[in-house]
Amino acid sequence: MKIQAIGKYVPENVLTNQDLEKIMDTSNDWIVSRTGIKKRHITTDDTTSSLAVKAAQNILNNSQIKATEIDFIIVATMTPDSHSPSVAAIVQSEIGANSVMAFDVSAACSGFVYALSIAEKMLQAESVEYGLVIGAETMSQTIDWSDRSTAVLFGDGAGGVIVKSSIESSLLAEDIHADGKKGNALVSGKIVNDAKTGNDKWRRSPLTMDGRDIYNFVVKEVPNSIRTVTKKANLELKDIDYFLLHQANERLIKQVSKKLALDSTKFPSNIAEYGNTSAASIPLLLAELVENQTIQLESGQKLLLSGFGGGLTWGSLVITI
Amino acid sequence: MTTFEKIQEIIVDQLDKETEEVQLKTNFREELEADSLDLFQIINDIEDEFDIKIEFDEGLNTVQDIVNTVNTQLEAK
Repeated sequence: MKIQAIGKYVPENVLTNQDLEKIMDTSNDWIVSRTGIKKRHITTDDTTSSLAVKAAQNILNNSQIKATEIDFIIVATMTPDSHSPSVAAIVQSEIGANSVMAFDVSAACSGFVYALSIAEKMLQAESVEYGLVIGAETMSQTIDWSDRSTAVLFGDGAGGVIVKSSIESSLLAEDIHADGKKGNALVSGKIVNDAKTGNDKWRRSPLTMDGRDIYNFVVKEVPNSIRTVTKKANLELKDIDYFLLHQANERLIKQVSKKLALDSTKFPSNIAEYGNTSAASIPLLLAELVENQTIQLESGQKLLLSGFGGGLTWGSLVITI
Repeated sequence: MTTFEKIQEIIVDQLDKETEEVQLKTNFREELEADSLDLFQIINDIEDEFDIKIEFDEGLNTVQDIVNTVNTQLEAK
């Protein structure tokens, strides 16, 4: 596998912390000091699939290939428009790809890392040359806007890559896990039977999160996973040019860098602009770092991608770019 | 090193404070300006250091509160 092109799309509509101060009991200082988030992009009329389609078009524009050359499409999302059709099937139709394999991956904030790992395996098949891998979310559809502890954290967006088969894979190592026993620490879109309370018998629950459980999980598992995958790649932490962590919380990312005794400048962040965009956060960050030339395709730079979140799921990949 | 000294060291490191600022009577939120994320991390580090599990809703306001909780847990081991 080799990353051929990168792209993204975010909704234009921006919701700042000051905007949130007007609709809930919160403050800019509180949000910035605890999360690093200053604003988030929230869709007005886009859906997860339309964000994914616009990101796909941007990725195709940044590549030398046509939609009809793509051999499979994977979309990582925890906020699909519908369970059927999948977001990936909608993307396939909208970008004019052929009737190739298309499916969604549900691994919450680890979704992009999961999807890229799956893509690498699929590219090992002889007849497969190009894959489109996207992380896309409208977290605004699953937020409880009356819950100030979670509503301030999330945003919408999409990003992704076109990957190409190659004899030498740029995926050097992976370390991917799930722990379903801890699943209740982060729940979103759970089917709830409301027969007693209303006419709508079935509804889906908004996102709920146990902050301390998630915090503990991240600061314990993510540094371990980063060390493990680096070792599997026969590298040392100092050999990695950049660590692209899921953008959940700036303080959390700083804590991970501290646990690894690494300079926080090795952990680029764009959470101030977008908030937590779940499966979209890593490809959004990657796309921006390529746009501003911090990361350059074909440069041989070594990147470590690490996602973590609902499931609970977590996973890290070491890639050369 | 006493329990207090170990805990003091963890707090000093996590909150970037001077050792003298962290005494038994010191209140985390009011005197050290620690927020909930700071406390999550301090408790995490203490749990690792002493190999114990601390419930967060135990009314932990001062350094003394944490020292007492840790000592109780260590005696129960």
